[in-house]
Amino acid sequence: MSAWEDIGARLAAGEASLLGLWGEPGRVHLAVLEPSPQPPPPSPQPPPAGGGGEQSPLPLREGVGGGEGSPPTIRHFAFDCPDGHYPSLARVHSPALRLERTLRDLYGLIPEGLPDPRPWIAHGPTPTAYEFLPVEGEGLHQTPVGPVHAGIIEPGHFRFTCDGETVVRLEQRLGYTHKGIEALLAGAEIAVAARIAARSCGDSTVAYSLAFARAVEEATGAAPPPRAVWLRALAAELERLANHLGDIGGVCNDASFALMQAHCAMLRERVLRAANACFGHRLMMDFVMPGGVSRDLPEAAPALLLDLVSQLRSGFPPLVRLYDGTASLQDRTNGTGILSADLARQFAAGGYVGRASGRDFDARRDLGYAPYDQLAFVVPVRAEGDVNARVWVRIDEIAASLGLIEQILDRVPDGPLAVALPPRAGEGLALVEGFRGDVLAWVRMDAGRVARAHLRDPSWFQWPLLEAAAKGNIVADFPLCNKSFNCAYSGTDL
Amino acid sequence: MFRTLLQGLRPPATEPAVADPELAALGAALDGAVRKRLGRSLSIRAVDAGSCNGCELEMHALNNAFYDLDRFGLRFVASPRHADVLMVTGPVTRHMREALVRTYAAMPAPKWVVAVGDCGAGCGVFAQSPACVGSVAQVLPVDLTIPGCPPPPAKLLAGLLALLSDR
Repeated sequence: MSAWEDIGARLAAGEASLLGLWGEPGRVHLAVLEPSPQPPPPSPQPPPAGGGGEQSPLPLREGVGGGEGSPPTIRHFAFDCPDGHYPSLARVHSPALRLERTLRDLYGLIPEGLPDPRPWIAHGPTPTAYEFLPVEGEGLHQTPVGPVHAGIIEPGHFRFTCDGETVVRLEQRLGYTHKGIEALLAGAEIAVAARIAARSCGDSTVAYSLAFARAVEEATGAAPPPRAVWLRALAAELERLANHLGDIGGVCNDASFALMQAHCAMLRERVLRAANACFGHRLMMDFVMPGGVSRDLPEAAPALLLDLVSQLRSGFPPLVRLYDGTASLQDRTNGTGILSADLARQFAAGGYVGRASGRDFDARRDLGYAPYDQLAFVVPVRAEGDVNARVWVRIDEIAASLGLIEQILDRVPDGPLAVALPPRAGEGLALVEGFRGDVLAWVRMDAGRVARAHLRDPSWFQWPLLEAAAKGNIVADFPLCNKSFNCAYSGTDL
Repeated sequence: MFRTLLQGLRPPATEPAVADPELAALGAALDGAVRKRLGRSLSIRAVDAGSCNGCELEMHALNNAFYDLDRFGLRFVASPRHADVLMVTGPVTRHMREALVRTYAAMPAPKWVVAVGDCGAGCGVFAQSPACVGSVAQVLPVDLTIPGCPPPPAKLLAGLLALLSDR
């Protein structure tokens, strides 16, 4: 059994989690997360001499994560397939399915044995021509929704098949915001590439910039100064706060409980205004740069942020009580859109989606990247897996982020903000906990330019679970399910 | 709940809108056409034609109590059939072009198009991408452009008010 198929078997058996699957012409990359204690890595085998059609199984190198002690390990494999064919992992591990369909669309890499031959990212000349999965049964009807949705929201298509009011199947079709991000990144100068990475997914711009910067720094051997590392975490926690506040209000609004939305939106606005005052941009775009950060905090920033923390500490708990004490709202969120713990684990669902279904993983804690290795915070985990659990994970994460902001402000060291990047060639991989889950970034650097890069959004492994969670719910509860997942479109459309 | 309701009433969070001279000048180019036809009531349909979601977040913020879009007679509507203004974000992707054109076609005349953000204005950092067909103006007749990456809500508001200006 080749090492490639061996890792597929381990993924299928649940001994490892799929972190990412990406490509470039003639090569497939795979990143997996392995729990500790780490099983011995498969011994590298020499590539077969002849080759035509033969697979060359070679785990090229291990990525970041180390192997010492308890943290889980990220392992990175590269699989050379000069003829463009590789054995499909989705045959045995369905979380790889959309990724493999994407690799075929973008790079012409053919997964042998792929269970679903339809394109994913590429829509072809006629976007409306797409074969949805057949559904048969008496009295079933279909509701097509999108790509243009009713709200101010990203585009995507949802095809509901319903029995009366009950959803019996939801099938998603995405790719509408495909902007060719990987093609733009290939060969880009580092400053240009950083701006593109920051705009892969606007709500997670800090997380994307941070993942990209850390990958570039690993590739070039640059060490960002301590002050930059701490300021990055400050921005990341503010981003988490703003998004969680927006989401909690949004979920309640989708249950027509506008009061929560009105108040949460005000708190969110206060966070964004504080971000603007401290980082010069409401969403903090382009603050995190490879090598460090792009600017220092103004003198007033610590007081301003501490004031924000105290406003949230006094303003948010009454809203939590309102949420928890309103029976009509609880009736909508409890028991709705249940995601099973098995699926969350199988898909390695990140963020609140995984943590609300018992998957106890947080890249900040489990990989312990700086400065989180020096900070104390609680990672909330719930077992119910419903909309309410996903709301509560966010509520508890808001409390954790407020504590983190205080700790960071207390301990952020003085010093330089950035280092120059050595024009070294190399590869780097980083995993960063965004508000939605873990963002993976991989880059190959070549003389000050990005040769290749891949940014994997957490929603790759959350979107398919939304299809599962919506099943058996009434159509009117879908907005609640959807908002409680709040998956990224732009981030996964690449 | 009633305490929370009352709390929201005072002090009012809503702030006066500040006109943006540049956008006001752009709006003046429309020569009061919008105002003449529709008075002070505008229904807006938003279409993300490939944005990163940044512009959408700031357009959402227009509905919060600080900006309170509704007080100007401006509101986001769910269907293009109800809309007077189409706000378009993003570098128009090949995959969204058809949906964007159809949405515009579904709007009753008279209608206006506002291109939002640096991407809507000129594709932003995605200008070189073969997956994008171009700025909004290359697909639809654009009446007003509100640049920014993303434009903050105050600027979005100033732009929409410029549409409603007398001259």
